Amino acid sequence: MEILSLLLNGFAIAFEPLNLTLIVVGCTVGLFIGAMPGLGSVNGVAILLPMTFLVPPTGAIIFLGAIYYGAMYGGAISSIMLGIPGASTAVATTFDGRPMALKGEADKALVAAATASFVGGSVGVVLFTLFAPPLAEIALTFGAPEIFALMLMAFATFIGLGGDDIPKTLFSIFIGLVFGAVGLDIVSGEPRLIFFDIPGFFHGINFLVLAIGIYGIAEMLWTIEISQGEVMISQATITVRRILRNLAELARTWKTMLMGSFLGYFVGILPAAGATPGSLMAYGFAKTTSREPETYGKGNVHGVVAPESANNAASTGAMLPMLTLGIPGSPTTAILLGGMVIWGLEPGPLVFTDHPDFVWGFIASLYVANLFALLINVGFIPAFIWVLRLPFSILAPIIFILCIVGGFVPTLDMHDVWLMLIFGVVGYLMRKLDYPMAPAVLAIVLGPLAEPALRQSLLISGGSFSIFFNRPFAGVIMVLALALLFMPLYPMIKNRLFKKSSENPD
Amino acid sequence: MKAIGKAGLLGLGLGLAFGIGMTSVAKDAVAWEPKKPVEFIIMAGKGGGADKAVRFLQSIIAKNKLSSKPFTPVNKPGGSGAEALVHVKNAADPDHTLMFTLNSFYTTPLRQPKLGIDISTFTPVGRMAEDTFLLWVHKDSGITNVDQFVAAAKKAGNKWIMAGTGKNSEDNILTDFLNKAYGLDMKYVPYKGGGRVAKELAGKNANSTVNNPSEQLGFYQAGKTVPIGAFTPTRLPLFKDAPTFRELGKDFVYFMQRTVVGAPGMSKDATAYYQGLFQKIFNSKGWQGYMKKKSLQGGFLTGDALMKYWLEQKEVQRGILRKMGAIK
Repeated sequence: MEILSLLLNGFAIAFEPLNLTLIVVGCTVGLFIGAMPGLGSVNGVAILLPMTFLVPPTGAIIFLGAIYYGAMYGGAISSIMLGIPGASTAVATTFDGRPMALKGEADKALVAAATASFVGGSVGVVLFTLFAPPLAEIALTFGAPEIFALMLMAFATFIGLGGDDIPKTLFSIFIGLVFGAVGLDIVSGEPRLIFFDIPGFFHGINFLVLAIGIYGIAEMLWTIEISQGEVMISQATITVRRILRNLAELARTWKTMLMGSFLGYFVGILPAAGATPGSLMAYGFAKTTSREPETYGKGNVHGVVAPESANNAASTGAMLPMLTLGIPGSPTTAILLGGMVIWGLEPGPLVFTDHPDFVWGFIASLYVANLFALLINVGFIPAFIWVLRLPFSILAPIIFILCIVGGFVPTLDMHDVWLMLIFGVVGYLMRKLDYPMAPAVLAIVLGPLAEPALRQSLLISGGSFSIFFNRPFAGVIMVLALALLFMPLYPMIKNRLFKKSSENPD
Repeated sequence: MKAIGKAGLLGLGLGLAFGIGMTSVAKDAVAWEPKKPVEFIIMAGKGGGADKAVRFLQSIIAKNKLSSKPFTPVNKPGGSGAEALVHVKNAADPDHTLMFTLNSFYTTPLRQPKLGIDISTFTPVGRMAEDTFLLWVHKDSGITNVDQFVAAAKKAGNKWIMAGTGKNSEDNILTDFLNKAYGLDMKYVPYKGGGRVAKELAGKNANSTVNNPSEQLGFYQAGKTVPIGAFTPTRLPLFKDAPTFRELGKDFVYFMQRTVVGAPGMSKDATAYYQGLFQKIFNSKGWQGYMKKKSLQGGFLTGDALMKYWLEQKEVQRGILRKMGAIK
């Protein structure tokens, strides 16, 4: 009951007029920052950090937390509406969100994303409230072997993502892995794959540069070709009956929502993982465990619900190592951490006892921000739908400008804009040749996380792979990952055996 | 407002954020002032020690209205700072380009001569601090002094894991020193960033680290990790129980500089302005408090004295890298 009184005290702080105003403003600003391709929560929080020097520390973190939350909701909007992930965390949302919008179900997809975000955020914040200290202890013991096992599991859930053409899928994965390896190699300390000695490659190829190129520029070119500049999407008028039917259908996705929420949260609390792998894994899991996996990627509402619940739960989860270990679980929490130092607060194992007002005010504000973000988001849906009714000849230049800005802002380097345009054109051609692009995007996200973890593990063990199996957490995850990896082979083997036995009846 | 219009999108956002501060700045006798937002390059990633320090400096400038134009932090961590060095060397507007540096300011040009970086061409603005290093172990290991550490590490041989930040980094230099000085065979495992390294020790995925105080402070206060030796000339006030290696008979002192550097070709007037500004910041209550809390050492250095310090440090680093075999 001690937690309850602390939380109530936190709510009193969150409901102070200044803090409540900051929550509402933060959620709204965050929503639009998240909806802008490439801007995302990281840059939103970094740009607005100086504004928080003007308010007390608790208000400051509440404001930045609300922006982070709003951006998590907003990321889904451009994923669904334009097919461009608003942030890395919303990549998986494009896989089914965009096809839904093209089918004329944009309203349903947007409501599904908002609801799933709300559920994910709520589950995340409740877990945070109840189990923060013990979960922090678990996060602390997670080392390189556990992280590699987890990344392997993420890859395994995506084996079927590329469709049937296995050589083309592998090609796409390898391209992504190579791009992910550009830049500084931490383990050897040497720069690698610096093409033509261009200094811009020193910082590696930002995942967003590839994602915006492929999903923004390439998609735009593709749509111009097939739509000839006309209105792309016929959106049915929104009626009460339609809303009720959508909500009823949404209610049937509760299992996926909960799966995404828990998975996202636990991936989110691991230092260095963050919400992007969490949402990708949730999508992969939903697809793998579905009874009709073939409908994924063609506008299945579960494919929107899974990543959206996971990324919000993960963003709450990422706050845990930030507050209790002083280790950011995602780039955005890294900036929040910098902010806390500026405000004179030292995050770490003692923050709960040293600054209870701050911590519980912040946790309570997450409950409030989650609710407001949902309401604000749903309120804006008709406006977003209106945008879709514009002819593509008007939309295309807007998308193009958003893509350029999105490519430039994260690094403030024109190098990345040129690279993004090249990826866009190449992506368009690859699409014409029927290469699946999602595996490349997945590989560029997970590769740079998996590779150092693998090498660190093998350094520790002296080259022995047993390190992945003789540690309890790593062992369990590894076995699950291998099972998932070989699951798609199972029907093949079964078929062959079945064929044999039918050929030789005895 | 014309100047703001010219600056990039980020500058615009910051310009708006600082809008209030801009109008109220008193124009005193200083001839030169920034005419547009100042690009403040960080040669490390978001959330690291250098990044936190720059954002803290930014907050002091903003809170005390020390500049009429905002300072915009830009992270360029690529290639151990190679990207940042090249960017600043080729800065289009040297009067509005600053960089916050680590020891990679010396080591990266030494290790990558192809970049063509000569640090003596950069403009010395101000050394804000020197960060210190300590040897840390987990409290549960029962180790309380360097003798016990050496005995345990000897026994474990190459199974003793020392976590650090990247090959040939400051941490690697210190690990090599310990291995050589005490005849050890510790295995060095590189991670991304000092915070992550600190966590690996607290989570018992490593046996020891050579973290900066600020990185381990939280775990130390929570009773998870303990410092057993300091790579400083005298004991640190925050960690009085950790003897220096000098006291233990090994003369090894190592610092990490935290210095503000101006782009090559910065005008005299601009140089004088930034030198005065960072002197003011260094003396401010905010920065002095930050130094004390993070256990940062060293006084303010600027101008010729700072240049002399750079060139000396460069030779020290060259000697260390040679001994390690990282350069010829």
